[in-house]
Amino acid sequence: MIGQLTSSERQNAAVIAVVVAIAGMVMAALGRSDALGVHGVIVMLFAGGVLYILMSTFYEPEPTEDREASYYDDPIKVGIALSMAWAVFGMFMGVWVAAQLAWPDLAFDAGWSSFGRLRPTHTTGVIFGFGGNALIATSFHVVQRTSRARLAGQISPWFVLLGYNLFCVLAVSGYLIGVTQSKEYAEAEWYADLWLVVVWVTYFILYIRTIARRKEPHIYVANWYFMAFILVVAILHIVNNLALPVSWGHAKSYTIWPGVQDAMVQWWYGHNAVAFFLTAGFLGMLYYYLPVRAQRPIFSYRLSILSFWGITFFYMWAGSHHLHYTALPHWVQTLGMTFSVMLLVPSWASAGNALLTLNGAWHRVRDDATLRFMMAAAVFYGLSTFEGSFMAIRPVNSLSHYTDWTVGHVHAGALGWVALITFGSLYTLVPSLWKRERMYSAALVEVHFWLAIAGTLIYVFAMWNSGIIQGLMWRTYTEEGALAYSFVDSLVAMYPYYIARAFGGLLFLIGAVVGCYNIWMTVRALPAAVAAGADVPVTPVAIPGE
Amino acid sequence: MAEVERDPVSGRDTTGHEWNGIKELDTPVPRGVLIFLIVTHLWALVWWFLVPAWPLGTTYTRGLLGIDQRTTVEARVVEGQQERAAWTARLETEAYDSVLADESLMQTVRATGRQLFGDNCAACHGRDGKGRANYPDLTDDDWLWGGGPELIEQTLRYGINTRHPDTRIAQMPAFGRDEMLDRNQVRSVAAYVYSLTHPDYSTAENLERIEAGREVFVTTCAACHGENAQGSGEVGAPNLTDSRWVYGGDLDTIIASVHGGRQGHMPTWDERLTTAEIRTLALYVHDLGTQQP
Repeated sequence: MIGQLTSSERQNAAVIAVVVAIAGMVMAALGRSDALGVHGVIVMLFAGGVLYILMSTFYEPEPTEDREASYYDDPIKVGIALSMAWAVFGMFMGVWVAAQLAWPDLAFDAGWSSFGRLRPTHTTGVIFGFGGNALIATSFHVVQRTSRARLAGQISPWFVLLGYNLFCVLAVSGYLIGVTQSKEYAEAEWYADLWLVVVWVTYFILYIRTIARRKEPHIYVANWYFMAFILVVAILHIVNNLALPVSWGHAKSYTIWPGVQDAMVQWWYGHNAVAFFLTAGFLGMLYYYLPVRAQRPIFSYRLSILSFWGITFFYMWAGSHHLHYTALPHWVQTLGMTFSVMLLVPSWASAGNALLTLNGAWHRVRDDATLRFMMAAAVFYGLSTFEGSFMAIRPVNSLSHYTDWTVGHVHAGALGWVALITFGSLYTLVPSLWKRERMYSAALVEVHFWLAIAGTLIYVFAMWNSGIIQGLMWRTYTEEGALAYSFVDSLVAMYPYYIARAFGGLLFLIGAVVGCYNIWMTVRALPAAVAAGADVPVTPVAIPGE
Repeated sequence: MAEVERDPVSGRDTTGHEWNGIKELDTPVPRGVLIFLIVTHLWALVWWFLVPAWPLGTTYTRGLLGIDQRTTVEARVVEGQQERAAWTARLETEAYDSVLADESLMQTVRATGRQLFGDNCAACHGRDGKGRANYPDLTDDDWLWGGGPELIEQTLRYGINTRHPDTRIAQMPAFGRDEMLDRNQVRSVAAYVYSLTHPDYSTAENLERIEAGREVFVTTCAACHGENAQGSGEVGAPNLTDSRWVYGGDLDTIIASVHGGRQGHMPTWDERLTTAEIRTLALYVHDLGTQQP
């Protein structure tokens, strides 16, 4: 793991680990009568674990070759492993909470396993654990290859990756012991948020510096998206999490935003998390791995420009569509609605650009499940962006809001787009990163593809049905002008769909487990086949002619 | 670094950029995309003119239609109230007997009451009103406070053991825990109460204990539950001679009830529901009770 670090870099890394461990100790001491103390202990254990790995390999030989002549792939490999581990954890939690909705006894009458606590472990596990690690790993890979330069740091990539995972661990463990800000997708408390700021700013600086080192005259589209992802997530995270802790010894804090402003800031954050974390970042993946796998040029550079600036500009305005028919002023809702609809064309332009790139490679889509993952992801991206714009229209929203339709829409995006593009990218990346000729089993990739597609479709169709039934039941009046159904009536009507949803999620989870096995066997059981040397940065020495 | 070249599949030129083998075509933005883009922008523009849209310092553009969600929802609420007024007005003012006599109005009460019951009462009493452990069954003919609509309305409105000044108050003391009865007396009186509904329990060997329990009952319990143990709606004391139990009629549960006492709780709905809603529910619950013997 640290074979590529020089002895002084190893010392620096050890110092960072010690500083983090001391910070954990301070947290544990100040928060000894609070959940903060538990988190202090977790920080100490995490930093101690990193320190242990560092010290046990501290005196291994230093790197002798010129490091600038090779890409820095070790953090990427660990990132992929962490991403898949989080995928299995997060999706398992998802299946569990889905099953709880059908069979509430599965909460086993305990606090930690109640729906309200497990649900954020699912969302954080899949979005930040699985998605975030996949984004960090692939962005490190893409930026090096498209810049033909090594990452601009030896310790900082590890700091970003491990620091980010410490944040995820603090967030998820916090929910189980009752620590939450109660802001959706921003549940982690103030100290974890502060830590993430440090990690994320490091990520941004590392990325910018690597781009600055590039040996290509132009910056590739994938890097536009990755940079937008890193920059905007930093802004969103900082603004939405501005809060005052009750005291330095308590995990609890209160947001500085009052009333409806808090709701607006939260959904400006929430929707742009969808935009810049779950869309821009994964479009960065799509823009690299899809053309590589299809062996086709991008359909249109001009369309890339149109969709990039359209997406980055319009998404920023769309958050208020989460607050239709609330205390939020009408005019803010109108802006959210209209910008959501204007957003549709740039979004579809991205999906279209991806699908049209496949022209001339459709035979590969047919034969290669990895490429098919990415094709299906682009289709689901197009579907869910259309659905999103449609649901943002106020009269439509009055039916869909607060129903399972929203949940179905989110999962069409999260399973169909985010997870499929990630699996397609990882199946492309893993063999090339570990210098294998191919994945261990093409048949298992095929199995994973069909499990994922079947799981997504069952899930989404179940939620469409249940959501629309719910919405209609809530607004049905009798001839006398009274409500026709009570809320419990609508719950009874949901029951079969909740079972179907849990089953769809289970299929998706099984697919992810199959993927883990396939990746593991690719690394463990296949011989290194690809000749080393082709996949290296351009070093000044290597191009004397320029 | 790379040269502009022609892509054989599409016949388009590349842009001349290349990143690790990835190239881009210089395809112009398709006309359909531009048209679609213009359409969505025009659609937005129309909305901006028609409804509240853009902030202007301390105010905002009001829109040509003069719509605002606040006035819209207020108007809708009034509209809904007027729609219901035909029967809610009758429920508010008419005596229960005359409502019960009007079958078509009772149809409305049953339909509306079912929804109101589902949203407000079902969490404790169950969707079917049959109750569960610790929550009374409302579908039988056994009532703690009386099953007439007026009495049910009073229970609904003020609750049982609430903070409302007019609340119904019912408290069964903790005879054992508070040492009003000793251990033996608690067991005896429980045995007596149990024997009331389980005649076969009165065997020769239990007879002495049951007789001792009866004496305790007369001096201690009869004040509320009555000499004949048939309870009293005045103080919400349950009938102990039937097969219907709120907390359970097995010997252990009866011992627990005598030992630790019981104090049920039903919320007050006075300020949460309208008069018409409370009276609808009173009739609905009364109706549930008359549906089965």
